[in-house]
Amino acid sequence: MYKPIFKITNKPLDIAVLNHMLRDDSAGAYASFEGWVRNLNDGKGVTSLDYESHAVVAANEGEKILAEALDRFDLLAARSFHRIGHLDIGDCAVWVGVSAPHRGPAFDGCRYIIDELKQRLPIWKKEHYKDGRSDWINCLTGKDGQA
Amino acid sequence: MISVTAKYFAVFREKTGKESEVLSTSAATAGDLFSEVVVRHLFSDPMVRCKVAINDELAGWDSSISEGDVVLFFPPVAGG
Repeated sequence: MYKPIFKITNKPLDIAVLNHMLRDDSAGAYASFEGWVRNLNDGKGVTSLDYESHAVVAANEGEKILAEALDRFDLLAARSFHRIGHLDIGDCAVWVGVSAPHRGPAFDGCRYIIDELKQRLPIWKKEHYKDGRSDWINCLTGKDGQA
Repeated sequence: MISVTAKYFAVFREKTGKESEVLSTSAATAGDLFSEVVVRHLFSDPMVRCKVAINDELAGWDSSISEGDVVLFFPPVAGG
């Protein structure tokens, strides 16, 4: 069993490199999730996002979630990286990758991880709009963009 | 009374205008302290949607706070 690795980073995510880290001859399946910055939320045109986090608490909670997934599903490895800082439309904000002997646990484990990450990590995003305004999502509006 | 440090993030930091402050309080729990902070800074997010960490460890709102603790108040999260 691989050690779960979760990282907060201010650098762009290289998906090919992240994918390669999960290569394993005993893996028959790899499932991943990428969360992208989109140009529309709640009817408003979005131009970019700023993410911030509490890095220590987020990293600890992220690794805990990955460990839970490894414990609950028949996975070989689970990793996730989350961006902070300024992101533009189309940028990858979060990546989750798992490898498993078979596709069922791979899909289920990947879904579990991203769902838990979104609910539990101390990460916040501020959307910048085409009209020049900005809002903290899920704070001021109480709405979340279902990324 | 005890002295603790409250730290604020995202919308909480913008509302308070500061990243942290030292508070002298009679609050026994993290939730009691949050209730004091809500009145002081007029936070609008309900406690049930927020999170708290004490000395960098996620905690429950009924967790006790002690002299010198650093209490992190997290507004509703929005990762992903």
